[in-house]
Amino acid sequence: MAPPLVDLRNISISFGGVQAVKDVSLTLNPGEVVGLLGHNGAGKSTLIKILSGAYKADSGEIYINGEKAHIASPRDARRYSIETIYQTLALADNLDAASNLFLGREIVTPLGMVDDDQMEAETRKIMQRLNPNFAKFNAPVKALSGGQRQSVAIARAVYFNARILIMDEPTAALGVHETQMVADLIKELKKQGLGIFLISHDTREMLDLCDRVSVMKNGELIGTERVEDVTEDDILSMIIMGKKPEAVA
Amino acid sequence: MTDTTAARNEGAKQRSFFQALQLDTRLLGMIGAFVLICLVFHFYTEGRFLTPRNIFNLTIQTVSVAIMATGMVFVIVTRHIDLSVGSLLATCAAVMAVMQTQVLPQTFGFELGHPMIWVIALLAGIATGIVIGAFHGWMVGYLEIPAFIVTLGGLLVWRNVAWFTTNGQTIGPLDETFIKIGGIGGTLGVTGSWIACALAVAAALGLMAASRRRKSQHGFPVKPMWAELTVGGIVTAAIVGFVAILNAYEIPERVLERRFEARGEVLPEGFTTGYGIPYSVLLLIAVAVVMTVVAQRTRLGRYIFATGGNPDAAELSGINTRLLTVKVFAIMGALCGLSAAVAAARLGFSTNDIGTLDELRVIAAAVIGGTALSGGIGTIYGAILGALIMQSLQSGMAMIGIDAPLQNIVVGVVLVLAVLVDIIYRKRIGE
Ligand SMILES: Nc1ncnc2c1ncn2[C@@H]1O[C@H](COP(=O)(O)OP(=O)(O)O)[C@@H](O)[C@H]1O
Ligand SMILES: [Mg+2]
Repeated sequence: MAPPLVDLRNISISFGGVQAVKDVSLTLNPGEVVGLLGHNGAGKSTLIKILSGAYKADSGEIYINGEKAHIASPRDARRYSIETIYQTLALADNLDAASNLFLGREIVTPLGMVDDDQMEAETRKIMQRLNPNFAKFNAPVKALSGGQRQSVAIARAVYFNARILIMDEPTAALGVHETQMVADLIKELKKQGLGIFLISHDTREMLDLCDRVSVMKNGELIGTERVEDVTEDDILSMIIMGKKPEAVA
Repeated sequence: MTDTTAARNEGAKQRSFFQALQLDTRLLGMIGAFVLICLVFHFYTEGRFLTPRNIFNLTIQTVSVAIMATGMVFVIVTRHIDLSVGSLLATCAAVMAVMQTQVLPQTFGFELGHPMIWVIALLAGIATGIVIGAFHGWMVGYLEIPAFIVTLGGLLVWRNVAWFTTNGQTIGPLDETFIKIGGIGGTLGVTGSWIACALAVAAALGLMAASRRRKSQHGFPVKPMWAELTVGGIVTAAIVGFVAILNAYEIPERVLERRFEARGEVLPEGFTTGYGIPYSVLLLIAVAVVMTVVAQRTRLGRYIFATGGNPDAAELSGINTRLLTVKVFAIMGALCGLSAAVAAARLGFSTNDIGTLDELRVIAAAVIGGTALSGGIGTIYGAILGALIMQSLQSGMAMIGIDAPLQNIVVGVVLVLAVLVDIIYRKRIGE
């Protein structure tokens, strides 16, 4: 069998006295959506930030396509085609959509100057696909609504042909209609063979979109289940009680 | 009823007229404030303020602070501050002065007036600024000492390093060519100024046309043609007017006599000519253009603004914000070196108190020019206009005969008011 696309092995990290992630192991295959569930403070964002290069794990290893990966910075993660939509969106509020989309990867002219017009044209193209109502291309993203900001963050992750996509609560700021658009996008990207880590609090949505779900509590991995094998109630009790369904039943 | 509708329509039409021009309203506001200040002083000085002579002097007095203010924009945009610029200027000036009067002639045997002296001295001063600035940036970025503290220390250290460099003495007179960088003697002359004027107008209009062409190639909306022509006309008029004023300031007869004598000629009867654009102003324009290009068209500039807007986002986008801090302070240092050359050249000497309190003028210029201390927002032209407003206030009050203590009180009050107006303005437009 081919090795998994992403293989997180025994990842731990602590901040001062807080052990945010304890010995967590997870895998992700191409064309698969793996959901991460758990209360606020369970350690979900911290775990995926280790994969995206924002934090460095105290211990544990990351394998990409079976090979040991060294991810010490967001730049390294991008080299492995890992793209992330952060829970905080990580947008520079004073810059416009195109500048944010291409931040750190600007299109430059032959003279080495940033090519704002070209970047705006590309941004208009991808926004046409992701959020056709988006029109504020020349305003700083501070002036955008929560949903529009979210679509800028999503566009940034999708534009650069990621193989591994991390989405940390991508629908938190969205209305019903926009949430459905994100769900459709996830299905489309999955079909294209991307591996996706998805974090959300909406258990039903997760059962609909994910192939497997992992539940975390207090930094520990409670368990990973295939969605066919569990009910919404099983998941909820894992989140609340911190026990596997068999133990509950 | 109909009246109010008509009035509202009128308002809407006017707004769309200005919208079509797509002028920066905050820039217009600043220019308006500047013009108002000039007119008030012109009135109170019985017409002595807006004369070619005074405008010429005002411009060359502004250059040194304005050059540093453009660098301060980057520093403040990245949420830092630099309190050491006045002292750093003094150290750079001391290095340049000692270099040209002692090191080069005595150690390297360059004769007085050797054409390389001014170049080497200038480069040595700028290099000094870069090294010290980068050192500040390293302490801020990598050692994570707050910039306020690093540069507060620098304020004390470099003022006194300058003192040791010159043994506490005034060094001069400086090299004759070097003095032209900032002195009244270094100007383009009338013909040269008109040539520079034509080039500047051509460049400005060319850039506007190129930008319009690029935008329409991509199918983006562009301004209506009449709006484009109006803006082009205003820009042209401003450049031509400025050069005409500088050219109208005539060189006094005895100065001309001396110049002709130096060439072994006699001043022809009735011959007059103007000063034209000072070299220091050309230098400021060059700095403004380069810094604006850096801010708007390079990755470095993009990262400076992104980091100021959201440091975490910048970091997560793979930007090395620590190294960026070093670069920003190094640029600030380089500009302190340039300003030091202008300031020392204008005086003809390097003195112990050169650049004293400049840190406050430079920060005030940047802030009056719309740079937000919370980071992420600021423009190069705003800072230069801010420096010009500060200098006009100070010289205007001096011309009216207001005592120095009261001058300082007014400048302090204006600084606070300017920031207040800016805050209200930003809230209004919902930035
Ligand atoms: N940069 C940090 N510094 C200190 N503590 C942190 C940091 N990031 C996360 N934590 C802590 O780690 C724990 C897990 O947080 P997080 O991963 O954000 O949870 P989740 O995303 O599951 O809601 C929390 O207790 C949080 O306070
Ligand atoms: Mg989280």
